Amino acid sequence: MTKKIRVTNLYKSFGELEVLRDVSLDVAEGEVVCVIGPSGGGKSTFLRCINRLETVSGGEVQVDDDIITDPKTDINKVRERIGMVFQSFNLFPHLTAKKNIMLAPVDRKKMTKAEAEEKAISLLTRVGLSDKADNYPHQLSGGQKQRVAIARALAMQPEIMLFDEPTSALDPEMVGEVLQVMHELAKEGMTMVVVTHEMGFARDVGDRVILMADGQLVEEGKPKDFFANPKELRTQEFLSTVL
Amino acid sequence: MNFDFARVFQELTPLLWDGFQTTVYVSIISIVLGMMVGLLSCYFRTCRFRILRFLAASYVWVIRGTPMIVQAFFFFFGLNQVTQAMLGFQLLSRDMAGILTVTLNAGAYFTEIFRGGIAAVDKGQTEAARSLSLPQSRTMLRVVLPQALRISLPSMVNQWIISIKDTAILSAIAVGELMNRTQVYAFGTFVFFESFIFVAVWYLVLLSALMILSNRLEARMNYDKKN
Ligand SMILES: Nc1ncnc2c1ncn2[C@@H]1O[C@H](COP(=O)(O)OP(=O)(O)O)[C@@H](O)[C@H]1O
Ligand SMILES: [Mg+2]
Repeated sequence: MTKKIRVTNLYKSFGELEVLRDVSLDVAEGEVVCVIGPSGGGKSTFLRCINRLETVSGGEVQVDDDIITDPKTDINKVRERIGMVFQSFNLFPHLTAKKNIMLAPVDRKKMTKAEAEEKAISLLTRVGLSDKADNYPHQLSGGQKQRVAIARALAMQPEIMLFDEPTSALDPEMVGEVLQVMHELAKEGMTMVVVTHEMGFARDVGDRVILMADGQLVEEGKPKDFFANPKELRTQEFLSTVL
Repeated sequence: MNFDFARVFQELTPLLWDGFQTTVYVSIISIVLGMMVGLLSCYFRTCRFRILRFLAASYVWVIRGTPMIVQAFFFFFGLNQVTQAMLGFQLLSRDMAGILTVTLNAGAYFTEIFRGGIAAVDKGQTEAARSLSLPQSRTMLRVVLPQALRISLPSMVNQWIISIKDTAILSAIAVGELMNRTQVYAFGTFVFFESFIFVAVWYLVLLSALMILSNRLEARMNYDKKN
């Protein structure tokens, strides 16, 4: 199996506060890794180090052959291959759903305007929102916004998708529609790192589950073993609060 | 005393029309240039070169910290005296000195207005754009600035109004705008009451038109009224 992401001895501090301590993780091509853990445990920070939204304090992050943590790496080039979906959607409010999706491919000269428009429509259809192409974000429900955000990330045809609690800001009845889109992505072989509180999703879709707490990778395993027989006390405690 | 609005109207209106044109053209040029200066200086204030940050901060500081009439006199009388002595000609016409003064003033305030607007754009917007592989500059241009300008619009309109009114100060260096025209007439004829009522009405009409226009503009730019 080819390694898609390789994180080695990662450290991250915000001033005095050490948020990540010696985290190492490999993600294989096509693998879906779900990261769970208590709030403030460093999950978001970990995810953001993978596409250099945060600069690391120590250690190395490698995506394919590119060393993300090397300042000489052209990060924009690498980011074309890494999509990211945020808890708060972060759609561009001044652009319609379609224009949100078209922005990056056109601006990065990956597609012509016409190609990008075609791509946007097909992606919107794929996430079940072909009728919302010309709607502005404020005209969409939370679930619809997040599906547009996923479509937007997919427009650059990434090989990796990072999800940071994509359903945490949603009303319960909208969680399903977003998880379904993610499930389909996983089935198509997308490499995914998903920070989530949806234990059902982690169990059913994840190839591997990781518990991250206090800036450390506490335990990892296949979903079945992980949820049935957690080894670490920390994991048992956490699971007892969420299951 | 008896008022003679009819006669003053007849005599003053052609002068006011003439002054109005100057007021409008000086205002438009100064506001457009002022916004460009403001954008540039706002960029300087946040860029990574310390010298540019220092320059922009000093510029804003000097303009905010000195009266506009002092700046106008400095540019028109002060600068011209030096170029006359050293180069043998006056660098700035009255209108040019006036435009320079209003431009630099507006630019300093626009700097702060744009800075506030940019700071008010959610950080998640930048992160989303960067994660989509847009470089810093493209993120600014395509994602942050459009939203920042929208947020700043009310303060921008306010500054447009202030700048238009500021041009009246240029009467002090005899730029032939509304106020200057009125002064010349009023002090020549000793008809003050009527004259200054008339000029006030001209300003009021001009600025009211701008206010109506800007309300329309704000309504049109309200793409996200809900949040
Ligand atoms: N930009 C930042 N500056 C300072 N502290 C931060 C910053 N981002 C996150 N933190 C801190 O780092 C810790 C981990 O945060 P985060 O990665 O968001 O955890 P999680 O996503 O697991 O809830 C928290 O204590 C948080 O307050
Ligand atoms: Mg988080």
